[in-house]
Amino acid sequence: MYGYIIRRILLAIPVLIGVSILVFSIVRFIPGDPARAIAGVHASPEYIENVRREMLLDEPIYVQYYVYMRNLLQGNLGRSTFSRRPVATELRERFPNTMRLAVAAMVIASIIGVGAGIVSATRRYSLFDNISMVGALIGVAAPVFWLGVMFQLLFSVRLGWLPSGGMGSLRFLILPSLTLGLATAALIARITRSSMLEVLRQDFITTARSKGLSERVVIYKHALKNALIPVVTVMGLQFGTLLGGAVLTETVFSWPGIGRLLVDSILARDYPVVQGAVLLLAVSFVLINLVVDVIYAFLDPRITYGSREVE
Amino acid sequence: MDNVAVERQVKGLSRESEYAQILCHLRRNRLAMAGLAVLAVFLLCALLAPVLTPYSPTTTNFARVLEAPSREHLLGTDELGRDVFARILYGSRISLAIGVISVGIGMLIGVPAGALSGFYGGKFDLFTQRIIDIMIAFPGILLAIVVVTVLGVGVENVMIATGIASIPIYTRLVRGSVLSVKKQGYVAAARALGIGNFRIIVRHVLPNCLGPIIVQSTFQFATAILWAAGLGFLGLGAQPPTPEWGAMLSKGREYIRVAHHLTTYPGLAILLMILGFNLLGDGLRDAMDPK
Repeated sequence: MYGYIIRRILLAIPVLIGVSILVFSIVRFIPGDPARAIAGVHASPEYIENVRREMLLDEPIYVQYYVYMRNLLQGNLGRSTFSRRPVATELRERFPNTMRLAVAAMVIASIIGVGAGIVSATRRYSLFDNISMVGALIGVAAPVFWLGVMFQLLFSVRLGWLPSGGMGSLRFLILPSLTLGLATAALIARITRSSMLEVLRQDFITTARSKGLSERVVIYKHALKNALIPVVTVMGLQFGTLLGGAVLTETVFSWPGIGRLLVDSILARDYPVVQGAVLLLAVSFVLINLVVDVIYAFLDPRITYGSREVE
Repeated sequence: MDNVAVERQVKGLSRESEYAQILCHLRRNRLAMAGLAVLAVFLLCALLAPVLTPYSPTTTNFARVLEAPSREHLLGTDELGRDVFARILYGSRISLAIGVISVGIGMLIGVPAGALSGFYGGKFDLFTQRIIDIMIAFPGILLAIVVVTVLGVGVENVMIATGIASIPIYTRLVRGSVLSVKKQGYVAAARALGIGNFRIIVRHVLPNCLGPIIVQSTFQFATAILWAAGLGFLGLGAQPPTPEWGAMLSKGREYIRVAHHLTTYPGLAILLMILGFNLLGDGLRDAMDPK
C-alpha cells in the first residue's frame, strides 16, 4: 500500500508542473504584449520595460519558465497591477475564506445528503423518498448562482432573517454555504440511497437481522459503514467541484474569497492575480484529490494497488 | 457496452434490433420521456421564437420598464423595457447552440484522442493521459474560465471554452471503452483478416463505444449549458444585449427588490433545460444497460 501511496504522490508531480506551465502560458497566449499584460493597462513605459526585463521576455521561453518557477517556489507570484501588493499576500488573505466556505458547504451537503439518503433507502417509495429524490433531481439541475439569488430574495429581502452578502459572524456563512452545498447534497443523497439499497440486499444484513438485532443497529452499525465507502469517494471528488462552484457563490454573496478575487481580476485584466488565483485553485484541487486517494487507500482494504491493470 | 455486444453475438441480434430494444426501454421510462418532452418544448421555442412572441428580444421601450408579468408581457419587462418572455425564448437558441457546439468540439477532439490513446497505448497514451490529467486539475468551470481569460469574453469564445473543457471527459470515456472493446474477439478477427488499424477503429471499435458516448453527451449538454450560464453570470460570457440566460440573471440581480421576475424566470429556464437533459441521460443510461 505504501508503494501505491508513493506512486500516487509521484504521479501528482508532473500534473503540478503541467498546471504551472499552463498558468505561465496564460499571459503569453493573450494577444498583445505580455509585459504590458503583467504591468497593467495604466503602467508607465518605464515600468513596462522594467517588467519585461524581470520576465526575461527577450530570453528563450524555457529560461522565462525557469525564472518563473524559481520565483514561484520562493513564494514570489508578482504584484497586482492595481493594488501593487504582492499577489501572494492577496491570496493568503483570501484563501482561508474560500476554504471556510467550501468546508461548511461540504458539512451541510454531507448532513443533508447522507441523512436524506438513509431515510430514502430505508423507506423506499414512501412519500419522503419520492420528495427527496425529486428534490435531488432539481438540486442537481439548479444553477448555483440562481439558487443563491433566490435564497437572498427569500431569506434576506423578504424575511430579513439573514444577511444577503459579505462576511462576518456565522450568520453570514449560512446562505453561501447552503447555496454551494445543495447540489452536492443532492448528489450525495442519490449515491447514499442507491449504495444503501445495494448493501441492504446482501447476506450479512439478513444474518444480522436473523440474529435478532434491532433494525436500528442493523442499519446504522452494519449497513451504513459499508454503504458509506462510495459516498466518501464522491465527497472527495465533489470537494473540487465545490472549489469551482465557489467562484460563482462568492460572486453572488460578495464573499471575499479566491473565486471572487479571480473574477474581479479577470474583469480588471489584473493578470498576475489571475495567474496566482488559478494556480492556487488548481493546486489545492490536485492536493485534495491526492489526500482523498491516500485516505481511501487506508479506508478500503479491498482495493488492490499492485498492478496498473486496475486503471 | 461489451456485455451488450457479447449478448448481441450470442442472441444473434442485429444492431437494428438492439436499437429497437433500447428505444423500447426508453419509451417505457416515464421520467426520461418527461425530459424529452421538456427538451422538445425548448427546441420548439428556439425554432418558433418569432412566431410565439410579437416582441423582439432587444428592442427597448423606456415607457414600460420593470413591469410585473401581465397579459401583455407574460413574464414582465426588464430595466430597458424589453419583454422578458421574448428574451427567454430567444435565449433558448443561444443555450442550445452553446450545447451543440461545445459537445461538438469536445467530441471532435476528445473521441479521436481517446480512441487512439486506448487503441495504440504506449507512449502516445502516456502523453495524452498526462495532458488530460493537467486539464482535469482545474475543477469544474475553472478550465473554461481560464480559456475565456485568454480568448476574451463573448458567446463564441464561451462555446470554445466549454468545448475545450469537455474534451477530457470524452477522452477518458472513449479510452476506457476502447480498452475493453479491444479485447473482444471480433477485433482480433478483423486484425487476422488483415484489416488496417484505422478501419478497425472506425468500423469496429467506435460503433461499440457509441452507447456510452451518447449517454455522456446528453449529460455534457447540460454541463456545458450550465458552465456557459455561469460564465454569462460572471460577466465573462455573452455580453449585452445578447439575451443569454446567465447574463440576464446577473443583470436582473440589481433589481431584485423591485422586480424579481428578472432573475427568477431565466433561472427557471436554465433549471428546466438542465433537468430535461439529465432526465433523458438517466433514461438512456438505464435503457442501454438494463439490469
